[in-house]
Amino acid sequence: MAAASGTPRIKSHIIVFLAPAVLVYTAIMIFPLFNTLRLALYTEVDNVRMFIGLQNFRTLFGDAVWSDAFWNALGNNFWFFIIHMVVQNPIGVALAAILSHPRLRFAALYRSAIFIPTILSFVIVGFAWKLILSPIWGIAPGMLDAIGLKFLYAPWLGKEEYALTTLALVSVWQFVGIPMMLIYAALLTIPEEILEAGEVDGITGLSAFWRIKLPLILPSIGIISILTFVGNFNAFDLIYAAQGALAGPDYSTDILGTFMYRTFFGFQLQLGDPHMGSAIATAMFVIILIGVCIYLFGIQTRMRRYQF
Amino acid sequence: MNKARRNPFNLIAMHGALILYTLIALFPVAVILINSFKTRKAIFREPLALPSADSFSTVGYETVLQQGDFFLYFQNSMIVTVASLFFVLLFGAMAAFALAEYRFRGNTLMGLYLALGIMIPIRIGTVAILELMVSTGLVNTLVALILVYTAQGLPLAVFILSEFMKGVSDDLKNAGRIDGLNEYVIFFRLVLPLVRPAMATVAVFNMIPIWNDLWFPLILAPAEETKTLTLGSQVFIGQFVTDWNAVLSALSMAILPVLILYVIFSRQLIRGITSGAVK
Repeated sequence: MAAASGTPRIKSHIIVFLAPAVLVYTAIMIFPLFNTLRLALYTEVDNVRMFIGLQNFRTLFGDAVWSDAFWNALGNNFWFFIIHMVVQNPIGVALAAILSHPRLRFAALYRSAIFIPTILSFVIVGFAWKLILSPIWGIAPGMLDAIGLKFLYAPWLGKEEYALTTLALVSVWQFVGIPMMLIYAALLTIPEEILEAGEVDGITGLSAFWRIKLPLILPSIGIISILTFVGNFNAFDLIYAAQGALAGPDYSTDILGTFMYRTFFGFQLQLGDPHMGSAIATAMFVIILIGVCIYLFGIQTRMRRYQF
Repeated sequence: MNKARRNPFNLIAMHGALILYTLIALFPVAVILINSFKTRKAIFREPLALPSADSFSTVGYETVLQQGDFFLYFQNSMIVTVASLFFVLLFGAMAAFALAEYRFRGNTLMGLYLALGIMIPIRIGTVAILELMVSTGLVNTLVALILVYTAQGLPLAVFILSEFMKGVSDDLKNAGRIDGLNEYVIFFRLVLPLVRPAMATVAVFNMIPIWNDLWFPLILAPAEETKTLTLGSQVFIGQFVTDWNAVLSALSMAILPVLILYVIFSRQLIRGITSGAVK
C-alpha cells in the first residue's frame, strides 16, 4: 500500500483511514446542509431554477400567510421546549437523585424500566397515547373517574388550547430517561469524601442535594439543556404520528419540523416547494446555531469545572 | 454514617416515588400489549383487564399479518440498521484511529470538522439530501437510508472512539511496528479488539434512533418495498384507525422487537451512558 512515491509513507494510510468517513460525512451531511442554505436563495419558474436572493425570506417573514404560520410554529416550538425544560429535566434530576442513593435496592430495575419509553419509536408513543387519551376508548376518563376527578377530563389532543401541551407532556414522558441517565452518571462521579465532609458539617439529605450535589452536576444539566434544545427544535415525528402533517387541530401543534415538511414535501392540496422549505430549514439552522452558541460561549465557559 | 441516610421512612418514600414513576412509564405500553390480545368488545368494555379465556383473541394479529407486509418491513429495518451500524463503526473507528494516532497537519481542524455534526442535526439538509438522492437515482432504495444514517452517526462515533483510542497503549502499537506489522494490521488486529467496549456503546447509541426514525424513510424511501417497520406501522395504523384490534396488534408488533433488543442490550446501553461517553 506504499503508494504515491515521493510523499512520505505515513501520508497514504492516514488518507485511507480518514477517507471513507470524511467522504460520506461531507457528501451526505455537510454538502447538503450548505446546499440547502443555498437553495433558499432560489425559486423555480417554469421548471427553471432562478436566483432570487433573499426573496424567499421576504415572503416567509413579510407575507402574512407565511409569517403567521412561521411565528405560530416557532412559538409552539418554544412552548414545546419550555415544557421539556420545566417538566422533563427536573423530573429526570429528581429520579436520578433518588436512584443514586447508596442504600437503594433494585436501582438497576427501576432504571431499566423507566428508560423503556425512550427506546420506543414516536409512532408507537404517539398512537399509544392517542388511544389512551381518546374519549372513544375511555381509559383516561375511566381512570380519572375512579379517583373522582372525572370533571378534569377533556379530549386533550382534540382541543386547540390543550393539544400542544399534551403532546409536549407525552414527549416528556418518552424522554425523561435521558436526563435521568446522564444526571445519574454525573452523580455517581461525586466522590464520597465530599459528601462525608458535608455530613461532618451537618449537611445531609435534601440540603446535601441542594448545596453539594446540584452545584456539582450543573455542567451535566447544561449539556442536557442543549441536547433538549436541539432535539426539540428539530422534532417532527411525534407530532406527525399523533396529529398528522397538518398538526391539528387548526395548526395548534405545528412546530418547525412539521411546518418545513409540509412546505417542502407538499401535503394534500398544497404543492411542495423545496425552495421555501430550504428557507425554513435555514431559519431552523440559525435558531439551532444561536442556541448552540449561547450554550458554548455563554454557559459552558462560565461553568466551573470541578476536578477531583 | 448518619441517621438521615439510614432513615427507613426516607427509603420507603424513595421506593414509593420510583414505583409510581415506573408505573407511569410502563402503563401505556402494558395497556397496548394487553389489549392487543382481546376481542373488540373486551377492549372497550374492560380496557384494563387482562385477557381471559372469554376475551382472548388474536384477530388483530391476523388482520395485520394479512394486510401489511410486516415481515418485509421488519427485514428492511433490520438491513438498514445493521448496515448503517456496520459502516458507522468501521468508518468511524478508522477515522478516529487516524485522528488519535497520527500527528499531521490539520489534525485538530479535521477533528473539529467531523465534530460539527454532533450538534447540527442532519435533518436541516433534507431538501438537498432528497435532491441528491433523486439525481443519483437512490430514492426508494435502502442504500439512501443507509448512507444518511451512516453520515448521521459518524460525528459522535469518531468523537467517542478517538477518546478511547487515545487510551490504547503506545508500547503495544510500537511493538507491532518493530515486528514489521503495517499500520492497517495494527489497526485491525491490535487496536480494534481493544476498543470493542466503546464500539458497543456507539452501536447501541445509534441503533435506537436509526430503528425508530420516521423522517427519512418517509421522505427518501416511502415505496412499499422499502418501507421500514416504523414507517410501515405508521402507514398501516393510519389506514386502519377504526380497526382497534389491528391497530393495537400492529403497535404491539412494533414494540416487541425493540423491547427484545433492549432486554439484550440494556446493560450495555446503560453502562455506555453512565460511563460518561456523551460528555
